Amino acid sequence: MGLDVYTVLNDFPALGQLVHGHYPLVYLDNAATTLKPRQVMDAMNQYYRVDTGNIHRGVHQLSQHATEKYEKTRTTVQRFIQAESPDNIVFTSGTTASINMVAQGYVRKRLSPGDEILITHMEHHANIVPWQMLCEQTGAVLKVAPIDDEGNVLLEAYEHLLTDRTRFVSVGYVSNALGTVNPIDAMIALAHARGVAVLVDAAQAVATLPVDVKALDCDFLAFSGHKLYGPTGVGVLYGKAEALAEMDPVFGGGDMILSVTFEKTLYNRIPARFEAGTPPIAEVIGLGAAIDYVTEIGMAHVASHERGLMQDAQEALQAIPGVRIIGTSPDKAGIVSFVMDGAHPHDIGTILDSLGVAIRAGHHCAQPVMQRFGIAATARVSFGLYNTQADVDHLIAAVNKVREIFA
Amino acid sequence: MNMTDELYQEVILDHNRHARNYHAMTDATHTAEGYNPLCGDHYQVHLKLNDQGVIESLAFEGEGCAISKASLSIMTDALKGKTADEAKALFEAFHDLVTGQAPSKDSDKSLGKLAVFGGVCKFPSRIKCATLGWHALMGALNQSQGRVSTE
Repeated sequence: MGLDVYTVLNDFPALGQLVHGHYPLVYLDNAATTLKPRQVMDAMNQYYRVDTGNIHRGVHQLSQHATEKYEKTRTTVQRFIQAESPDNIVFTSGTTASINMVAQGYVRKRLSPGDEILITHMEHHANIVPWQMLCEQTGAVLKVAPIDDEGNVLLEAYEHLLTDRTRFVSVGYVSNALGTVNPIDAMIALAHARGVAVLVDAAQAVATLPVDVKALDCDFLAFSGHKLYGPTGVGVLYGKAEALAEMDPVFGGGDMILSVTFEKTLYNRIPARFEAGTPPIAEVIGLGAAIDYVTEIGMAHVASHERGLMQDAQEALQAIPGVRIIGTSPDKAGIVSFVMDGAHPHDIGTILDSLGVAIRAGHHCAQPVMQRFGIAATARVSFGLYNTQADVDHLIAAVNKVREIFA
Repeated sequence: MNMTDELYQEVILDHNRHARNYHAMTDATHTAEGYNPLCGDHYQVHLKLNDQGVIESLAFEGEGCAISKASLSIMTDALKGKTADEAKALFEAFHDLVTGQAPSKDSDKSLGKLAVFGGVCKFPSRIKCATLGWHALMGALNQSQGRVSTE
């Protein structure tokens, strides 16, 4: 059985609205953030209406209920990404926080001046800037694996950039700007062959394809709740047990300790050690509901549904005179970036919005990708599990309207 | 007229397609950059101010969306022969127009062709496109007086 998109439509209240008073919303900006199903909102609402309590510290029932639901989500995440144990799962505020934690807590102490960190040319700013900051702090050097004109990582060049100075690799699974699905299993294997640990930025991947950390054998993996039909303000850092054991906490405070005296503080066990302070409890519970939701549909179904829509949209866009697709890798997730002769992406975005079609226009927090293709911005269409063939038709009609205006 | 037609009026589309004063200037007295990191719009505005404080000529170079380009094109036409103070007054009137603030009667008249940007106020995300070139121009004019450009 595939994905019955007309059933899931009813789960997303935001889809029922009219844009600018006239046009049914056609939401094609899922790579920026996905809409949220009612199940997620209900779970968070339940926490705020009934179960509000702090976790890990109360003797009362509310605190116990909150703790149970919070910790249950850890198991939900573990199963979702095929991790060995719930102890491999650290809750963070998002992918950005997860990457920064690894940079400062795990990689920093391994670096001497002249050591190298390797990323690719298609990374999101969240997987560039933390490493640049780290290089400034340590004298390490950031190396960048090049990509070809289709938006594929050049594996041979990547392999050459793995040197005896390489101390860490951090690579995106799915490019948010191009849609490319990177051959990260091969990239991880090449790094491991040289004893180099790898972080996978899966922010764009978890909502578009099944992710299996055991099969990938990555040392760390990071993602956010809000691109996975869950709330903002919560994310995950997965780490292998031995990797987390070697990572220092970056934030100190409550809940991450066993005992505190002014002379000595003993850290809590892993993963609590990495969750200082009161975490986003409602958001973690909401993330759990989101994962339950997509799991019930099946990530494999979501993946093939979105790929189908992407291929239809890409073909139809390519047939419009003056349209050029940016990112034409044979292995792509549900993302189509494009530019158009005579019409700037910003203008495309405004005209599409005036017709109810929501897309992203800009550099997608991936300016080096734009520089690679010699453009300032693209218009980007990104699909979610609730998008339909009719959405693609609306998109194409709207892009044709842009052409009429700017021809 | 629907919302988009109100924004993309024929005059704006024409100035986007055939921008006026769209070239380098070798004898500019002032040059400043306008850059919007959000969308990548990037321009250089050149002007020549004479001894009497009158803007003798203006030009611009760069790339960006239709709104920013048309705005620069029309602005560089409108400010020819104006003093720096007149240019600032016109910017204030233009700013009121695109941010949807009630214009005073006088500024309404003085706007002339710039009035085609009246639809911008309904598109809050596009106000910066319309004002980008103006901010660059103000930056260029303020440089000579040793002041820092502010919004």
